[in-house]
Amino acid sequence: MNNGGGTPQLELRGITKAYPGCLANDHIDLKIMPGEIHALLGENGAGKSTLVKIIYGVLEADEGEIFWAGNPVKIPNPHAARKTGIGMVFQHFSLFEAMTVTENIALGMSGRQDMAKLAREVVEVSNNYGLPLEPHRQVHTLSVGEKQRIEIVRCLLQNPKLLIMDEPTSVLTPQEAEKMFETLRRLSDEGVSILYISHKLDEIKALCHKATILRGGKYINECDPTQETAKSLAEMMIGTNLHAPEHSAQPEKGPVRLKVNNLNIDADIEFGVNLNTINFEVRSGEILGIAGVAGNGQIELLAALSGETRSKDASAISLDGKEIGQFGPNQRRNLGLAFVPEDRLGHGSVPEMMLTENAFLSGYSRMSLMNNGFINKGNTENYAVDIVKQFDVRTPGVNHTANSLSGGNLQKFIVGREVLQKPNVIIVAHPTWGVDAGAASFIHQTLINLAENGAAVLVISQDLDELFAISNRIAVISEGRLSVGRELSEITIEEIGLLMGGTHGMGEKTEAAHVT
Amino acid sequence: MSGFDWIVPVILTIITAATPLVFAGIGELVTEKSGVLNLGVEGMMLVGAVSGFITALVTGNYFLAVAAAALAGAVMAFLFGVLTLSLMANQVATGLSLTLFGVGLSALMGQEFVGEPVSALGKLDIVGLSDLPFIGPILFAQDALVYLSFVMVALVSWFLYKTKAGLILRAVGDSHNAAHSIGYPVIAIRYLAVMFGGAMSGIGGAYLSLAYTPMWAENMTAGRGWIALALIVFATWKPGLVLVGAYMFGGITILQLHAQAAGLNVPSQILSMLPYLATVLVLVLISKDESRIRKHAPACIGKIFHPAA
Repeated sequence: MNNGGGTPQLELRGITKAYPGCLANDHIDLKIMPGEIHALLGENGAGKSTLVKIIYGVLEADEGEIFWAGNPVKIPNPHAARKTGIGMVFQHFSLFEAMTVTENIALGMSGRQDMAKLAREVVEVSNNYGLPLEPHRQVHTLSVGEKQRIEIVRCLLQNPKLLIMDEPTSVLTPQEAEKMFETLRRLSDEGVSILYISHKLDEIKALCHKATILRGGKYINECDPTQETAKSLAEMMIGTNLHAPEHSAQPEKGPVRLKVNNLNIDADIEFGVNLNTINFEVRSGEILGIAGVAGNGQIELLAALSGETRSKDASAISLDGKEIGQFGPNQRRNLGLAFVPEDRLGHGSVPEMMLTENAFLSGYSRMSLMNNGFINKGNTENYAVDIVKQFDVRTPGVNHTANSLSGGNLQKFIVGREVLQKPNVIIVAHPTWGVDAGAASFIHQTLINLAENGAAVLVISQDLDELFAISNRIAVISEGRLSVGRELSEITIEEIGLLMGGTHGMGEKTEAAHVT
Repeated sequence: MSGFDWIVPVILTIITAATPLVFAGIGELVTEKSGVLNLGVEGMMLVGAVSGFITALVTGNYFLAVAAAALAGAVMAFLFGVLTLSLMANQVATGLSLTLFGVGLSALMGQEFVGEPVSALGKLDIVGLSDLPFIGPILFAQDALVYLSFVMVALVSWFLYKTKAGLILRAVGDSHNAAHSIGYPVIAIRYLAVMFGGAMSGIGGAYLSLAYTPMWAENMTAGRGWIALALIVFATWKPGLVLVGAYMFGGITILQLHAQAAGLNVPSQILSMLPYLATVLVLVLISKDESRIRKHAPACIGKIFHPAA
């Protein structure tokens, strides 16, 4: 690493980009030295994504200059970026599900490729960097961790001088993340600069040499993250003090409210996961966290709990002692079960409908929003306005459509909508997905309060920090099986990571790739 | 030998019935592989049919006629592209309107030409081989467009699965957002795919008015554009199977004609329904196996692409 003088690999001066009604980047400066791992920090909407898209040529800046190894450059498109020596790993992967690993990699490289030769190079480079890949597998059959390896290998094959990584670990198990850090450190030793975006501050402290902090589209500060605490970094990002969620000293546990007893569900789609003898119970006053890598049965479990998939056996699910396994979603709602699904648009809300209508659809019976089959407009609007106020949903008004909200704001709206119904049992998938630090801590506190007032709370999340912050007990779902829930005091992050890994780590099957 | 004399003419007519479907099907397959659903095939075929017919009548040059048909189909498709790709109109609604528009436009263009005769597109005689018994007339004495239809299927298959450009086209159909973020010009690629589909539909239509029944009549495609669309689902988006399917549907069309001619004691209307019933039946059977469709169907089909802000 080169901390002293010398020429930065990449330097941005005064980068500005405006969208109608918002200044996404306001004269941002950034310097990355060769071999430096540089963190880019900021809340949702701070302008990080816009900035990296400008560096990678997906967007063009309105103003400002880019210098590459001291020389001014123009990066009009991603092809130019790759030619310059910039590679990018996207947050939402830029992969093609119906194609093979090699085809995906070929698509991310400029010019023509000999596919057979490329396949051999993929094996070589991927093994060399400890990112094993089978070149002929179809992408949709791979785990998220493997998909990310494709993106990284795709960049490495072009010998980049700068690698941009947009929230790379949000989908990885702790073990997979640790492996990836090893790769990144090695690249850094080889002189590759890395621009690293993440919300996980501990990770940044452990990995990065420098950090640039953005807030509201403006450059705020550059600091050495190893000299900061996670709390001080977060406070620089949000600009105020951060309150960690608090449990009252000794949580009172009441009777069992939600009980799942030998739940078996066969997946109805290909690549779905079969639920295999799931057993757990959640008591009044308790928060049970379910950890797991995406695609291990979370979607199926949620569908079974919400009533979208009904169980064959009515006794598989009981709510306050009542067997509800064969009830549909509305019947379950009427009994006081509320859910926040994983998919916000299309599942948690009707994208093209107004917020009031979306509020009505979920809350009409428990919030008495209906008069003899007609919509009570006044009450519905009050309910929607309450949600927006109490959960700080940023929207011009409740008559705007759900899809006009940003992801984080819509999440706040959906969580608020369910919480205000005063449920007996609430099931929440990824409660703070895409929500920034301040709002996340508010949602966490809300869930804790709900439990302390007697509700049973079930949280399904990939974010272990989140689960450790709010749960009383944690169980792990892997390949459709659920581990026994264990008290927070008697389980460590490492153990959970191992349970999560299941067969999704760097398994034996990847050894076969060496042979060829 | 004498008992089987009817086989050769039947096969010959099946070939002429299948060829328009092959063209329209393979063109639309490329369009759909890029993620665009153009339901205007019927309209593009009709406009191609009438343009080809008029050109043949006026110039007497069949090469020009086929080129004019392809151009007319491509222009129709370009219009569709402007509406759906640039102006982001709904593809289904736009495609349906394109068909209705094509029906009207072709009727208007062909008004003065209804009933006028042209001579049928000449058959190529491959000297020596075309005199072979049985296979001679079938394999070696077809018109140029029949051979071209096979060449196009092979070309499209090679293009889609062996070239980088084909890989990019499939990628755009699989995930336009990913393709965009990697830096491919999604809209431009789709324009090309849509226009190729239009050109092929135009040639398919021209085959009807120049070879199948060398004349122009309003609405002479009689639903073949829709069958071509169904064919693609039937073929689960594989070029080779489009060819197989086209010949199957062509075969059913011809068999019912022969059955009618043979005086089979079934109302002729029912027999005429057969190809369409067969289409519905096959689609139902195919759609039962959802995973098969999912594996090969372009994931982005029919979705509007808004370049990410």
